[in-house]
Amino acid sequence: MGSITLEKVSKSFGTTSVIPHIDLEINDGEFVVFVGPSGCGKSTLLRMIAGLEDLSGGRIIIDGKDMSSEAPAKRGLSMVFQSYALYPHMTVYGNIAFPLKMDGQEKSVIDKKVKDAAHILNLTNYLERRPGQLSGGQRQRVAIGRAIVRQPKAFLFDEPLSNLDAALRGNMRLEISDLHHQLKTTMIYVTHDQVEAMTMADKIVVLNAGRIEQVGSPMELYRSPKNVFVAGFIGSPRMNLIEGAEAAKHNATTLGVRPEHIRISATEGAWTGKVGVTEHLGSDTFIHTQIDGIGQVTVRTDGDFDTKHGQPIFLTPDPARLHRFGADGQVI
Amino acid sequence: MATLQTRATARIMMSPAVILLFVWMIVPLVMTLYFSFLRYNLLMPGTEEYIGFLNYQYFLTDPAFFTALANTLILVGGTLLITVIGGILLALVLDQPFFGQGIVRLLVIAPFFVMPTVSALVWKNMLMHPVNGLFAWIARLFGFQPIDWFAQMPLFSIILIVAWQWLPFATLILLTALQSLDGEQKEAAEMDGAGAISRFIYLVLPHLSRAITVVILIQTIFLLSVFAEILVTTNGGPGIQTTNITYLIYMQALLQFDVGGASAGGIVAVVLANIVAFFLIRLIGKNLER
Repeated sequence: MGSITLEKVSKSFGTTSVIPHIDLEINDGEFVVFVGPSGCGKSTLLRMIAGLEDLSGGRIIIDGKDMSSEAPAKRGLSMVFQSYALYPHMTVYGNIAFPLKMDGQEKSVIDKKVKDAAHILNLTNYLERRPGQLSGGQRQRVAIGRAIVRQPKAFLFDEPLSNLDAALRGNMRLEISDLHHQLKTTMIYVTHDQVEAMTMADKIVVLNAGRIEQVGSPMELYRSPKNVFVAGFIGSPRMNLIEGAEAAKHNATTLGVRPEHIRISATEGAWTGKVGVTEHLGSDTFIHTQIDGIGQVTVRTDGDFDTKHGQPIFLTPDPARLHRFGADGQVI
Repeated sequence: MATLQTRATARIMMSPAVILLFVWMIVPLVMTLYFSFLRYNLLMPGTEEYIGFLNYQYFLTDPAFFTALANTLILVGGTLLITVIGGILLALVLDQPFFGQGIVRLLVIAPFFVMPTVSALVWKNMLMHPVNGLFAWIARLFGFQPIDWFAQMPLFSIILIVAWQWLPFATLILLTALQSLDGEQKEAAEMDGAGAISRFIYLVLPHLSRAITVVILIQTIFLLSVFAEILVTTNGGPGIQTTNITYLIYMQALLQFDVGGASAGGIVAVVLANIVAFFLIRLIGKNLER
């Protein structure tokens, strides 16, 4: 079991309010990702759930019990830190066994649990090494191993992949998702990378300046963002947000259209303009165009589309997939 | 860009400094070695002659030598024990945020700036004096017989004085080491269910091991040659109860005017220091490699 409920949770450092007011329901077994730009309070929120940061107001309920002022160890959660926070003078075995040793479990039980965890995470051959002798990905796995041996109610991940290189990050993303399917434990994952959020989450919580902008499954957020912030944050490359006369034509202050929902043609279309920089990714091509009366619009098309810098171009947005936002930034 | 030519130039440019340092080191050492094989007593000028290892024989068979050796080791060991344990405790306290932290840290470091003779005199006349001292006054306040420190426990008194002087050094080194402990590690240990004492044993102490090694090594080097505190307070007495090797050599040279014997003692002290250093490095030096 591992359901977590946040009720009117708030946090302020001195007079600065970091998190004004948050209500959130996290169900048992869910993979929840907190995503937002840096400084939006997502790490603070995670640390408050962990018990490393005091609440300024509100309640945190874990499995029906109010844990707002309980010590971190008593909450039955375990956490993977951004810097991994391994104990440098202990071996991998010592690191993974540490929480069990602190719990006062028997040697034979500890040994079995550590070996099991090492097996799941492919660390069996490294048990006698020290963290300093491991690569980034292996350290990450040790940190996860230390978290899973306690069989917690929920795992908390604080930007765990940000210290890894791009290829390894992709691998670890899969491994963590795999682990979630194996263990079926609640996981809360903090990241500023919307790709991680989209690929791993059952439920994404988009945070901005300490407020929840939208909660939903990845595809919900992608298909129907509630406001301009979510629209701009989720999806890569970013959604084109158009203001001015073109938006007014559609009775909106801001008109959003994703780069993949624009048809591009060399001969005819609704909007005319010039090709700017073209990025060839092989499978896809991102074309940054300068459209007359609108400004910069990014288009995503297939890899074989050929353009030259400065060449005239015609774009047609898919009318069924336009997002219209009002003056308050909310969807109409 | 180290071509042969620049390397040669570098050597030539460096050599005056290196040669000066080398001469500075080797001349006194060779002269001491030379004197140690002479009968050389300032009360009998003109009778210097080569006497082989006789000076060493006299120095090493002197009953005072073994007492002095034991005193030296007790002095070093006792001071290390007090400064390392006290230093860790003080560093833990000073690492906590509290009002007036900057001033308190400054005050803690202050004893290090007081010269040994002055601090020994302050301890002797203002703190440990059996009639006028602060400790005696406190003892009388509670109706106890005041302790005559330098008569009843002379070596321990010296250890206290020296430890007081070196405590700031240990505290400073250990405090900086403590501040470099990763905050996330402490939080991870907290989440892993480690209490304050477990965190200290499993996280803080191992983290401090390297700094503790440095403190022990550096302090040992200086504590083997403690002299001023003994000269100012007890003059090696009562009897020879507070005479360490350094003080014994001083007595040979400047109280008995036996330069030859003192030189032999000096060479013995150098050998002893090297033996201590050898074991010290073997015992704890591996901490430095990690």
